[in-house]
Amino acid sequence: MEEEEWEQPLDEAMDLKFTDAQQAFRAEVRAWLHAHVPPVGTLPSLDTQTGFEAHRAWEHTLAADRWSVVSWPEAYGGRGVGIIEWLIFEEEYWRAQAPLRVSQNGIFLLAPTMFTFGTDEQKNRFLPPMASGDEIWCQGWSEPDAGSDLAGIRSRAVRAPGDDGWLLTGQKTWASRGAYAEWCFGLFRTDPEAERHRGLTYFLVQMRSPGVSVRPIPQLDGETGFAELFFEDVFVPDAQVLGGVGQGWNVAMATAGSERGLSLRSPARYTEAAALLVDLYAATLARDPTLALPYADAVAQAWMDAEAYRLNTYWTASRVLAGGSVGAEASANKIHWSETDLAIHRTALALLGSSGERRDGNRWLDGYLFALAGPIYAGTNEIQRNVVAERLLGLPRG
Amino acid sequence: MRFSFTEQQIAFRDSLRQLLDKQCTPTDLRAAYERPEARTTRWAALADLGVVGMTVPDAHGGLGLGMTDLVLVLEEAGRVGLPEPLMETTALAAPLLARALTPRSSALLTEIASGSLTAAVADHRAMPPPWADDAPGPSSRGGKAGGNQPVGPRGDPGGSPTGSLRCELVAGAQGADLYLLPTTFSGGRPELHALRAEAVSVLPVAALDPTRRLGTVGWDPTPSSLVAAGEEAHLALADLEVSAALATAAELLGLADRMIDLASSYARDRHQFGKPIGSFQAVKHLLAGAQVKLEFARPAVYAAAWSLDEERDPGSREHSSRRASLAKAYAADAATEAARVALQVHGAIGYTWECDLQLFLKRTWALAEAWGSATDHRRRLLTSLIEER
Repeated sequence: MEEEEWEQPLDEAMDLKFTDAQQAFRAEVRAWLHAHVPPVGTLPSLDTQTGFEAHRAWEHTLAADRWSVVSWPEAYGGRGVGIIEWLIFEEEYWRAQAPLRVSQNGIFLLAPTMFTFGTDEQKNRFLPPMASGDEIWCQGWSEPDAGSDLAGIRSRAVRAPGDDGWLLTGQKTWASRGAYAEWCFGLFRTDPEAERHRGLTYFLVQMRSPGVSVRPIPQLDGETGFAELFFEDVFVPDAQVLGGVGQGWNVAMATAGSERGLSLRSPARYTEAAALLVDLYAATLARDPTLALPYADAVAQAWMDAEAYRLNTYWTASRVLAGGSVGAEASANKIHWSETDLAIHRTALALLGSSGERRDGNRWLDGYLFALAGPIYAGTNEIQRNVVAERLLGLPRG
Repeated sequence: MRFSFTEQQIAFRDSLRQLLDKQCTPTDLRAAYERPEARTTRWAALADLGVVGMTVPDAHGGLGLGMTDLVLVLEEAGRVGLPEPLMETTALAAPLLARALTPRSSALLTEIASGSLTAAVADHRAMPPPWADDAPGPSSRGGKAGGNQPVGPRGDPGGSPTGSLRCELVAGAQGADLYLLPTTFSGGRPELHALRAEAVSVLPVAALDPTRRLGTVGWDPTPSSLVAAGEEAHLALADLEVSAALATAAELLGLADRMIDLASSYARDRHQFGKPIGSFQAVKHLLAGAQVKLEFARPAVYAAAWSLDEERDPGSREHSSRRASLAKAYAADAATEAARVALQVHGAIGYTWECDLQLFLKRTWALAEAWGSATDHRRRLLTSLIEER
């Protein structure tokens, strides 16, 4: 478990303005996106085979001009910019209504972990194709009997006969992008004697390896956003262990911190949706005030929730820049963004009334279906509340 | 972009916390319940530390600091339920007086910084409840905008303040030295007046939390009491609303933190079914929910404080006004949630006079509604968002 570190304030006064350099960076991002982002709604869903490839092509376009992973070092395809610039990039990205990131599991979850725990060989091998979209990753964590109770993982790895790697056996589920991804990162039990979160190892597995089979799972929206993965004596060389044998839990918790904390859900996703919600409210108000007015409070609250998330993100980013880290606050974060997303879309659908069930071009319905998964994935909000209570408030474990 | 406090600001906050932990205990609060208007050595100690004069310009013996500095101080005041009118005196009155420096306002500022003067500031929107016989209504006397009611003959057994004008529900009114009072004359022309205690008539109003020191203030405007008129008064009152919403929000952060702290501590100690009740998820989730709301209210309040300092030019308070509304709505909801949860986690003991929690609950309920409720601020914010489109 990560240690909490409290703020180490810089001795310069608070200043919420962006620097000239940051504003110039914003202008550059905005200009590039304006010239390159495809018209809204022209790409098929990334949870279909054709949509997946169309989104991969967009990743190639981003990467060709070094916009796919701006915060990474230049050596791996990035621009080496800081966390504030990354947030600026995200604000512009969402403002431009650019396509969803098909490579998000890799670039936002695995990459921060790999920068911390990976060897130079691993970083050189895996990061550039991740940045370009040539290799897209899925996450192999949950199992049929290990969801919220992730430490109950049963998939196992034993030493391969040649003693140059491991043989993986077991079943993973709810792997987002699992139906189409090239690579998978996941936790497997390497010490059958060890209990719970000990004896786990973090592996990087090629999905085309012999012994891997995939069963796509249609989601409630009808698309195959995730999949079950079956492993049967799948050989993985030693070079594809991330962070050391038996260290899997600590390594995985770093990914979980990224998932709930700063990197997976940047605030711009919500501030942009909230701005569109205000537009929808104003349009409804102009057309039918009696329909709109009862939702005034909910619209304002949803906008405020998104804005509070944005402010909290800059607050956290400043703490990180001053040498602090994100500990159990990441759990509070995850609860907040997932509930904010729901509140925005639920309110929009309420304003749409009976027309909300229409599927054609209805971003609010698609967004609502997506938002409904938020309190479940990346560790259910109930588990996050346990973490907040135990680690921020010091309540005893149950 | 540097959204953090300086080491100096944190150190100042810490030294204030040390002082208040010693000098503003629940026992001290209970003493203040008995005699809310009594002068204490605590106010002098706060003045010595520089807290009371934080927003008073250097030239008048203060520190000349802004809201970014004050916001952490107000949070500490909330945490201990400080019964003195620090918010009214330092966050509201001093900046109002410093807007237009005259020999008179300069003298008042010097007195504030020295700790010899406490202030009460009227909210011109505050109205008596509908059942009160002085409430505005269809057949009411006057019903003027601005919360001022002309004083007339009334059958109120509690008596009536004297004076031609009256300000309702003025916090800190009992025992204040200086009263900052707005009024609106016919034609909507606003004025802001400052009057010494001897020039006003205060009718104490019973409140759930006696340390709110509520009162109805009767008064007569004079040329010498005038601080601002016309456009200048209009801007001053708009400023006052923004600052007051923000200052109240900062106190609510501290209150929420204190109540969550009290309840978490109780949940660790109290055993049922052979375990600490804090080990049950039903209890954990209540407290975690309140904590999440508090965590997200905090940066909202700090950002509003920075914006207010940044937009010094009166009349261009677009961002700070919106951010203050966000701050007040968020902090009020966070503290109200913390209050409800903390009471529930304490169980029946929390419902007693003996339990210290009640001191913080009552302050929270009052401040959540003061200077605009959460719903009111959401309405203001939405109006501004729609106008901006």
